[in-house]
Amino acid sequence: MNAPAAFPESKMPLLLGVLFAIGLVAPYAVYPTFLMKILCYALFACAFNLLLGFVGLLSFGHAAFLGTAGYVCGMVVRDIGLTPELGILAGTVAAGLLGWLFGWLAIKRTGIYFAMITLALAQMVFFLCVQIKETGGEDGLQGVPRGHLLGVIDLSDNIAMYYLVYAIFCCGFFVIYRTIHSPFGQILKAIRENEPRAISLGYDVTKFKLIAFTISAALAGTAGATKTLVFQLASLTDVHWHASGEVVLMTLLGGLGTILGPIVGAATIVSLQTQLADSVGSWVTVIMGVIFVLCVLAFRRGMVGELQSLIKRSGVN
Amino acid sequence: MSDVILETRGLTKEFKGFTAVADVNLKVERGSIHALIGPNGAGKTTVFNLVTKFLPPTAGSIHFNGQDITHEPPALTARRGFIRSFQISATFPHLTVLENVRIGLQRKLGTEFHFWKSAKTLNRLNDEAMALLEAVDLGSFAATMTSEMPYGRKRALEIATTLALEPEMMLLDEPTQGMGHEDIERVVELIRKVSANRTILMVEHNLSVVAHLCHRITVLTRGSVLAEGSYEEVSKNPQVLEAYVGSDNMNDAHH
Ligand SMILES: Nc1ncnc2c1ncn2[C@@H]1O[C@H](COP(=O)(O)OP(=O)(O)OP(=O)(O)O)[C@@H](O)[C@H]1O
Ligand SMILES: [Mg+2]
Repeated sequence: MNAPAAFPESKMPLLLGVLFAIGLVAPYAVYPTFLMKILCYALFACAFNLLLGFVGLLSFGHAAFLGTAGYVCGMVVRDIGLTPELGILAGTVAAGLLGWLFGWLAIKRTGIYFAMITLALAQMVFFLCVQIKETGGEDGLQGVPRGHLLGVIDLSDNIAMYYLVYAIFCCGFFVIYRTIHSPFGQILKAIRENEPRAISLGYDVTKFKLIAFTISAALAGTAGATKTLVFQLASLTDVHWHASGEVVLMTLLGGLGTILGPIVGAATIVSLQTQLADSVGSWVTVIMGVIFVLCVLAFRRGMVGELQSLIKRSGVN
Repeated sequence: MSDVILETRGLTKEFKGFTAVADVNLKVERGSIHALIGPNGAGKTTVFNLVTKFLPPTAGSIHFNGQDITHEPPALTARRGFIRSFQISATFPHLTVLENVRIGLQRKLGTEFHFWKSAKTLNRLNDEAMALLEAVDLGSFAATMTSEMPYGRKRALEIATTLALEPEMMLLDEPTQGMGHEDIERVVELIRKVSANRTILMVEHNLSVVAHLCHRITVLTRGSVLAEGSYEEVSKNPQVLEAYVGSDNMNDAHH
């Protein structure tokens, strides 16, 4: 089964190894908090990409999973005093359950209807978060302690925290990578390519989509919970539909349906936002909008996608 | 009639007041090649969509192997060994030819939900997949990206993928449509070959294919059954000749 593998696919393990090594030394070159922010959004975007890029489902409600997990993690860590790893686990499970519920309600619809239902459900979650007092309203959950990992390692040290975030990111990335390259992932691809045919071969496609949706939501939750620990804050920004839009932008910019695209997209957007926030203020939103339009009009494959096809073409010639 | 594998009773489908299929009582005998013919828009594809559960009927019932399957979901019907093809070729374009067939084979491993396993665990299906590809003359295309295959070959691949499920009954919707002479002959031979030990119900416009291949023919016009019988019987039926305006076709087919 040796398909004439495209260059990037065959060199993937090598590339991943190099990137992994870079991630290990990065906090000694770049501000760790900034890196942690990138990693959280990268995981969020990878989880989103699993759904849009590999199943073809456009969810406009992924902020609900990011934000809910953040609140859940913040509450169990700050108010109940659980250790950080349990906080992240709680956030992940909560987001997974919420994802299952969303999926169950939305999955029978396709295309724009699916996107609309996920958006509507996420807005309900947002309004709920605004209303109930446990979330701290506009102030959010402040002062969430990072605590001690397994009760031992002090995470208030930024380097220690970085390696925890990095480990979580790598695990999450591996789960996604494995899901895509699994017997299950193979059927997901078949569904994306030709859904009626997959049904006619006896595959219960709603079940496959629901599982993929739940995995995606849970991992988005992992990202949100981790982010809460990093910034010691869970706030309404993460449940706001802006966050749902941002993750679409990151994924498209980086390269939809590519393994590394969402990471590149997240890094680019987070860097831009950080850089531009000081210099241009609220014009950031406009610039993001322009990037979005360019992305959709000029280079649809995204940064990694365009690069891949460039390498492929030069390889052919 | 001896052993009936598929039966519809009073099968009816209305689209917003327009009746596409009207009171169709169809009986397909086990082990036969049964043709469903009729002019464009007669409702043939709709009948396929109904019996494979891709559309819910407005009225009537569907029985497969004596069981009422009218209200079960399509994937479940497929798992009974009742597999359809589509009027437009139905492959997975961005998977390789071998991977296409493996999608069909994969279900019997029972690992289709295992997202934690490596896709390499599917390699043990490769020999079987290759054998199926050889059977439809596609062995040399195994590593080709499906989207790059010529049309006729895609239809053969579709049949190989269907065969991977060892179906008891296959539905083929215009398997020779849009093909040149050589491709048609290859597909006809293929259908004949795979019809051993199975039942085939096919929609076919090419009447010479029907004449040479099919045991029994049902003629559908405007959603209703106009005639049914062997090719000889049907082709002499004046109503059928009338329905086929270019009625010469009907007689030409023999030669
Ligand atoms: N989903 C649908 N909604 C509304 N009308 C439909 C639908 N599907 C089919 N029809 C109509 O039902 C009639 C029968 O269509 P069908 O596709 O079953 O014909 P057919 O016999 O397969 O024709 P062809 O030989 O062209 O493939 C047509 O008039 C078609 O326009
Ligand atoms: Mg048709």
